[in-house]
Amino acid sequence: MSWIERAVPGLKKVPWKRETPDNLWVKCPLSGEMVFQKDVEANDWVTPAGHHMRIGPDIRFALTFDRGEYVAVETPEVARDPLKFKDDKRYVDRLKAARSKTGRDDAMAIGVGEIEGAGAVCLVQDFAFMGGSLGMAAGEAFIKAADTAVDLGLPLVAFTAAGGARMQEGALSLMQMPRTTLAVQDVRNAGLPYIVVLTDPTTGGVTASYAMLGDIHLAEPGALVGFAGQRVIEQTIREKLPEGFQRAEYLLDKGMVDRVVDRREMRPTLSSMLRVLMKTERRSVAKKANGAARPTNGAAD
Amino acid sequence: MPDTTRVYLDFERPVAELESKIKDLESLSDGGEVNVADEVNKLREKAADQLKNTYEKLDAWQKTQVARHPDRPHFRDYRHALIDEFSELCGDRRFGDDRALLGGLGVFRGRSVVVLGHEKGHDTESRIEHNFGMARPEGYRKAIRLMDLAERFGLPVLTFVDTAGAYPGVGAEERGQSEAIARSTERCLTLRVPIISVITGEGGSGGAVAIASANSVIMLEHSIYSVISPEGCASILWSDTAKSKDAANAMRITARDLEALKIVDRVVAEPPGGAHRHADLMVGEVGDAIEKALKKLEKLDGDALVAQRRERFLAIGREGLN
Repeated sequence: MSWIERAVPGLKKVPWKRETPDNLWVKCPLSGEMVFQKDVEANDWVTPAGHHMRIGPDIRFALTFDRGEYVAVETPEVARDPLKFKDDKRYVDRLKAARSKTGRDDAMAIGVGEIEGAGAVCLVQDFAFMGGSLGMAAGEAFIKAADTAVDLGLPLVAFTAAGGARMQEGALSLMQMPRTTLAVQDVRNAGLPYIVVLTDPTTGGVTASYAMLGDIHLAEPGALVGFAGQRVIEQTIREKLPEGFQRAEYLLDKGMVDRVVDRREMRPTLSSMLRVLMKTERRSVAKKANGAARPTNGAAD
Repeated sequence: MPDTTRVYLDFERPVAELESKIKDLESLSDGGEVNVADEVNKLREKAADQLKNTYEKLDAWQKTQVARHPDRPHFRDYRHALIDEFSELCGDRRFGDDRALLGGLGVFRGRSVVVLGHEKGHDTESRIEHNFGMARPEGYRKAIRLMDLAERFGLPVLTFVDTAGAYPGVGAEERGQSEAIARSTERCLTLRVPIISVITGEGGSGGAVAIASANSVIMLEHSIYSVISPEGCASILWSDTAKSKDAANAMRITARDLEALKIVDRVVAEPPGGAHRHADLMVGEVGDAIEKALKKLEKLDGDALVAQRRERFLAIGREGLN
């Protein structure tokens, strides 16, 4: 970790704090059974039936980085509510509510750390913050993450989760599609890998920009990933949609993602791919395998 | 001449009434005897004033309707008037040919170019053929293919944007609508030749951005460019599509709004009553605007064009807001 702190001066490691209460039950949407939240948490927020619960940046960083340690990179400030947008509520009030709910400024968080020894800049989109929507703040955060990756010579890993663009910022949010695309090009031009991990749900303008421009696309099981919303499609074609439509497994079948990866396998999967692409030596974790064949990262089963 | 098939928008009713009166008077005078010329002229003036006043203060929702007007000049009109020796090029070489997003080779005012544009169609049959201007992945992949071609032969790319959005269908999703749009946007941004986009009607979200991530973005005065349709926004944020007018106004989707936000470089004024009343005039003005933009961009080499485009988009939202 110290190399990261040296590389990003003035930033401190963020230690992982557990914040969930002990005595909550959650319902698994897959099986309908009630599960002890502590058990789900211990299982990387995957229910016994395999449902991958939505998780925010703090938990994602904790699950992804070695020992849950990382360096947080501040996301840039942007103009707030430039359109003075108001529907039933004022946009500034919606922002305020989302901030107090999530404790973050906007929908994206950036962390730099190691994944089984492989350094990476990770960007996590928080669906709990106004549906993870891509507005100016998220767009600038994505660009910042890409810049950080280029500056540090590290790969970029983006965990996406969003309903799409942030309507309250009008065409300024739409412009984040080309803007984030430019950032992806910077990572590419620097010869660095860009891996997208599609999590539930990733739709709209986010899918139609940086989420589909990865060198590698991974998806969590069952994640909804698509361009158009299912309700819109149903209204357009006036038909029921096929079972499993726009789910991660469907995208794998249609050739849109490389792998559907269980969250509990995400660290070794990412680490292995990053090391192969970066041509870096396998460190401690891999050495434990002692040269034995480890087919865990081979083709999908 | 007011023609019998003219489609009037709701807010044009006073004009419609005047023009129908004029028609009645004229048919009277056709019978001979009665001299109604003075009266007709007076009414004509009044109608023209009315039209001018109405169109001077259109709100965003009214502009949305003008942008979608069935008689508004479409891709085929611009292509006919502005592009000589047009050769349509079809197909994405992967799955099929999309008829909502058309493209080809041609000559624009003496210069070889590649042209791309959404086509909505002009009657029931052609609207169905062109899927109402809503492209599928094949359309965007064809666009990528033609942009590759343009770059290889050093030809500028002109795009005409007029779509409610990319098509939301099962097949489109299955074949990677998102990926196709993302790649097409990316291709625009990496082009080493000039790309100029004109929003001629509706600039509907990602389906528009995919061919509008250009060096220069021109927009017609009553066109709209939006992250989501006013109806879509109203249905999500207000849970009521009757609030589309509020949504249209709140999202700032008009050409002048977008010019102020530096999302659009140049607004081309429309004649009183909108582009559809004087299509020939409109198309020519658009041609002039393209030529002007092109003359500037032609001086730049590949690196400079990529850099200019990059700076243009990165600057959006960083200055001049709040």
